[in-house]
Amino acid sequence: MLEARDITLSFGRHRVLDGVSLSLRPGEVLGLAGPSGCGKSTLARVLALLLRPSSGTVSVDGTVVKGWRHRAPQRTAIGLIFQQPRLAVDPRFTLLDVIAEPLRAARRPLDRAHELAEELGLTPELFGRRPHEVSDGQLQRACVARALVLEPRYLICDEMTTMLDASTQAHLVGRIEAYRERTGAGVLAVSHDAELLHRWSDGNVRDWNPAPAPARNADPAPAS
Amino acid sequence: MKLRVDGLSVRFHLPGADVHAVTDARFELREGRCLALVGESGCGKSVMAHALLGLLPGNATVTGHARLDDLPGGGSLDLVTAPEKVLARQVRGRLIGLVPQSPAAHLTPVRTARSQIAETLRELGRTGESADTLAERAGLSPRDLDRYPHQLSGGMAQRVANALALAGDPPLILADEPTTGLDRPLVDATMAELRRLCDEGRAVLVITHDLRAAERVADEIAVMYASRIVELSPAEPFFSGPRHPYARGLLDALPSRRFVPIPGQPPELTRLPDGCAFLPRCSSATSACERQPPLHAGPAVNGQVVNGQFVEGQFVEGQFVEGQPVVGGQPALDGQAAGNGQTSMSRKVACHHA
Repeated sequence: MLEARDITLSFGRHRVLDGVSLSLRPGEVLGLAGPSGCGKSTLARVLALLLRPSSGTVSVDGTVVKGWRHRAPQRTAIGLIFQQPRLAVDPRFTLLDVIAEPLRAARRPLDRAHELAEELGLTPELFGRRPHEVSDGQLQRACVARALVLEPRYLICDEMTTMLDASTQAHLVGRIEAYRERTGAGVLAVSHDAELLHRWSDGNVRDWNPAPAPARNADPAPAS
Repeated sequence: MKLRVDGLSVRFHLPGADVHAVTDARFELREGRCLALVGESGCGKSVMAHALLGLLPGNATVTGHARLDDLPGGGSLDLVTAPEKVLARQVRGRLIGLVPQSPAAHLTPVRTARSQIAETLRELGRTGESADTLAERAGLSPRDLDRYPHQLSGGMAQRVANALALAGDPPLILADEPTTGLDRPLVDATMAELRRLCDEGRAVLVITHDLRAAERVADEIAVMYASRIVELSPAEPFFSGPRHPYARGLLDALPSRRFVPIPGQPPELTRLPDGCAFLPRCSSATSACERQPPLHAGPAVNGQVVNGQFVEGQFVEGQFVEGQPVVGGQPALDGQAAGNGQTSMSRKVACHHA
C-alpha cells in the first residue's frame, strides 16, 4: 500500500496541501479529480517521493519514507508520468535513451527498453530521434515506457493525456491497464477530466474540492 | 465576409526531405458560423492557421488560395499571395484575430494586462476605444486589468487573450488550440465565449484535438489526417454518425464511448503514401484504397436549421419530423433551402468506402 497521512506542504506563504491523506492499494486504479490549482500535482509529487512534505508521513508497503528524491531507496518502486512530456525529458536524449535512462541508473541490462518501446507502439525508426523530432503523442509514449521500465509497484499518472488526442489517450490507458493486470501494480490517475477517470477506474474516483480559503494568495479571484 | 480556402497546400523544405504539412485543403467559412478543425497532434492543423496569417517560416512553400471575400470595405483578398505589408497592415488583428495556445504564456510577463491591451488598441489605430470597454466586452472587470499575467487565473488570462484578439474588431477569429491544459469548466467557458463571438456575427475557426470541446462550439467539423481534410460535415450528424473510418475511430476512442484506440500510428509527413494515408490502420481497406480518395460530396442530409442548430429530419406533408434523415439523392449546396423551409447539407468525405 502506498499511503500518505496528514500531508501538509507550503510553498513560501502559500499552503498548498493541508492535512491530506490518501492511500493506494496494489492492483487498484484510483482516480483523483479536482479543478486546476487545487494541489493534485503537488500531492502526486509527494507520493512519488519527489517533494518532501512540511509535515505528515508517506509509507510504501508499510515502510515509512525517510529520505526523498535520490536519497529515497523506495523511489524506483513508484513510477510517475507527467502532463507535458516535452518538459519531462532531456532534449539531448534519443527516445531510446529516454526509456533506458532508469535502467542505466539502476545498472540493469538495457534490452527491456527495446521491448517496451515496441509495446508502446514506437517503431524502430523513432528510436534514434530526439524529442524535437517527434510529436507530443510519440514523446508521451516514450515517457510511459520510461515509467514502466523498472516495473514499479505503484504508478502515478499526473494529467498524462491532457495534451493528447482521443486515440492516443485510449492507447496509453490501455497499455497501463495491461501492465497493472500483469504485475498487480496500483495506479493513481490524476486528472480534471472526471469522465476519463470514471471510465478508467470504474467509478473509483476521489473528488477533491479543498476549501478555497488558504489556497494561492497570488490568485485573488477564482477561475470561472 | 467569407473565408474560402481552395486547394491550399503547405510544404516545408528540410535538408533531404519535404514535409507535407497541408495538402489540398478546401473549405468555406461564413460570418456567424463556427468551423472546428480537429485531428491529432502533428497532422498539420496548426500549420493551416499559421498559413492563413502568413506566419510560416522561410522554408515553407504555400500554394492554392485562401480568399477573404466580401470584405467590410468591399473587394476581396488572397491571403496566400498578399505581400507581407498587406498582411501586417490590413489582415493581422484587423481582419483576422488570433486566440493563441496557452494565453498565459502569450502575454508579456512584466506588463499589466491593461498596458498590453492599450498598446494593441494604439497599434491598430483604434483610439476611440479604451482598454476598459474592450475588457468589459470580453467579460473582464476593469479592475482585473491592473494585474500582471502571473496574477491572473487561467480563465482571466484566456479573457485577456480574447480581448487582444478582439481589439481590431476582426470579422474572423482564429483560435489555435485555445483550451490546451485548461480544466473542463474552463474549456466549456472558453468554448461558450467563442460561440458568443460567433453569434455576434463573426466567423470562428477553432483548431483543437479535443472532440468534446469541438462538439460544444462548432456548426461544422473538418477532420484532418496526415495533412488532408478527410471529412467535412455539419456537427450534429458528424457526432451521431461519422463517415470516415478515421473519424469513426477517433470518436470511438472517447472515454464516454468505446474507449478503444485506433491501431497503429499516423504516417510520417515526410513520407506520405500515394494512396489513402489511413490504409495501414483501416479495417475496411481494399485494393481501391491504393488510389488517393478525393474529398467527394456524399449523399445529402436533410433537415432544418432550428435556432442556429442543424436538426436532421424530413418534411412529411408539410410537417417537419425530427430524426429519420433521408439519406440519398443529390447533395444540395451547403445550407441552401430546398423548399418548404427544408435545408440540405452535404457531407464530404475522402474515402472510397464511405
